[in-house]
Amino acid sequence: MVPQTIAWITARGLFGRRRFLLLIPLPLLVVGLAVLSRGFGVAPENWAQPVLVGLGLAVVLPVIALIVGTGVLGSEIDDGTIVHILTKPLPRWQIVLPKLVVATAVTTVTVSISLYVAGVLAHSVRLGLGLALAGLVGSLVYSALFLAMSLLTRRPVLLGLVYVLVWEGLLGNFVSGTRVLSVQQYVLTIADKIAPTGLLQSKVSLPVAIIMSAIFAVGFTVLAIDRLRSFSVAGETS
Amino acid sequence: MSDVSLLGVSRWYGNVVAVNDVTMTLRPGVTGLLGPNGAGKTTVLHMMAGFLAPSRGTVTIDGEPTWRNPAVYKRLGLVSEREAVHDFLTAREFLQVSARLHRLPDPEAAAQRALELVEMTGAQDRRIGTYSKGMRQRTRVAGALVHDPQVLLLDEPFNGMDPRQRLHMMELLHRLGTAGRTILFSSHILEEVEQVSGTVQVIVAGRLAASGDYRAIRRLMSNRPHVFAIHSTDDRRLAVALMGQGSVTGVEIDRAGLTVRAGDYGSFTRALPKIALAEGIRVRQLLPSDESLESVFSYLVEA
Repeated sequence: MVPQTIAWITARGLFGRRRFLLLIPLPLLVVGLAVLSRGFGVAPENWAQPVLVGLGLAVVLPVIALIVGTGVLGSEIDDGTIVHILTKPLPRWQIVLPKLVVATAVTTVTVSISLYVAGVLAHSVRLGLGLALAGLVGSLVYSALFLAMSLLTRRPVLLGLVYVLVWEGLLGNFVSGTRVLSVQQYVLTIADKIAPTGLLQSKVSLPVAIIMSAIFAVGFTVLAIDRLRSFSVAGETS
Repeated sequence: MSDVSLLGVSRWYGNVVAVNDVTMTLRPGVTGLLGPNGAGKTTVLHMMAGFLAPSRGTVTIDGEPTWRNPAVYKRLGLVSEREAVHDFLTAREFLQVSARLHRLPDPEAAAQRALELVEMTGAQDRRIGTYSKGMRQRTRVAGALVHDPQVLLLDEPFNGMDPRQRLHMMELLHRLGTAGRTILFSSHILEEVEQVSGTVQVIVAGRLAASGDYRAIRRLMSNRPHVFAIHSTDDRRLAVALMGQGSVTGVEIDRAGLTVRAGDYGSFTRALPKIALAEGIRVRQLLPSDESLESVFSYLVEA
């Protein structure tokens, strides 16, 4: 009963906030561009990379995971309602895990459907499924990361954006070593290995992608649980 | 019956000491935690509620530490100062969620009982976002009471309540205290503490300045003059007689009666009836005019 209750109140909070509306246009953009490209008969080699990877995996997935992942816990910390959840005799993993599940589910549903549609339009159902499945893995890993960030810093959205835009987006293109710590690269590799089409260029090996995804997901979840255990409310300093 | 104990507790933030070597034990009944803004009341409450680690010392409820120990919330309820409640829920939903998270056997009944306790049944199906400040506060109190905790901690609980709600809340705290719950509420408003509880813990600048029954604390500070307003059948003659008393440090007389300053509470109150009897004066009224918590408090702050 406890996990469902936490999940229910988390989902209610998430969908009740206005910033949830931000989730809608981005996936639509991916599908829209794919439909247009296909409609105008552009060769998939010319649009698959920028739309599927450049927009879908590099922007839409992490940004939506960021909005949702920081929303499930970060918003409650911001407005102070987290105190109502924490003053219950619950081991902290029973709070973190349902929130992680909600974040992952919402991100996956939002992102993977559009990736699936765009993948089918670009090549085949197999590519669509590959992207959708990789999107699921990516949603889980990013959600764990951003959920933990909500407990590590007061500015999780800012820090998350720096990770996505600067680390993955910028450094990932120029400094090859950073790719080992890039969720985007894991997702790309997983999609590419499920559906080897030549449209996606993966840069890390599959074992690295799988092992690092697992380490990220488990590591940041454990970190989040531990940080929530020591959650402090600062006293009034006035 | 539960006790909350602080033993040699200090809390600092960098170089700033917020709470300095505080030792206190809260027993069943209502205790007021009193102090000016910034004295460290909220820090003490947060440490008691397990939301802040003491830098030094131990904070326990019935011997169990509160920090990193969610099990204490079975016995503990907290009403924090921040008003935040899940606005998108109705009061009933909010309380049912609380009850479920406490794993209560019958969450609906527990929610209903808590709503009745704070008289919120009338608005229970409206969203909390539409409530007035006082209604939100009562909803939060109900949330902290849903599992019938042995210990209830409230940070500035009367803020934003109108006088009727305030009175009702005071009665509720009284009732819970009388029923054997350990209640601590913080306040910087003296009348509140005075009306709800006789026992106070006074915190000034992070230190425990006084502890116990506030009237007793007042009497202990015998070096401060105590002021009494006296009405009698012959104020002027009584004034003359009182001036002969060693314990009296000053007498003022005006149309309203006598204002007497006494250096020592005990000997003055013992001497007055004898003097009146000897002079054949009938004392109609004797009011310790500075017995309010306000004066206790300002003495402590000055000291």
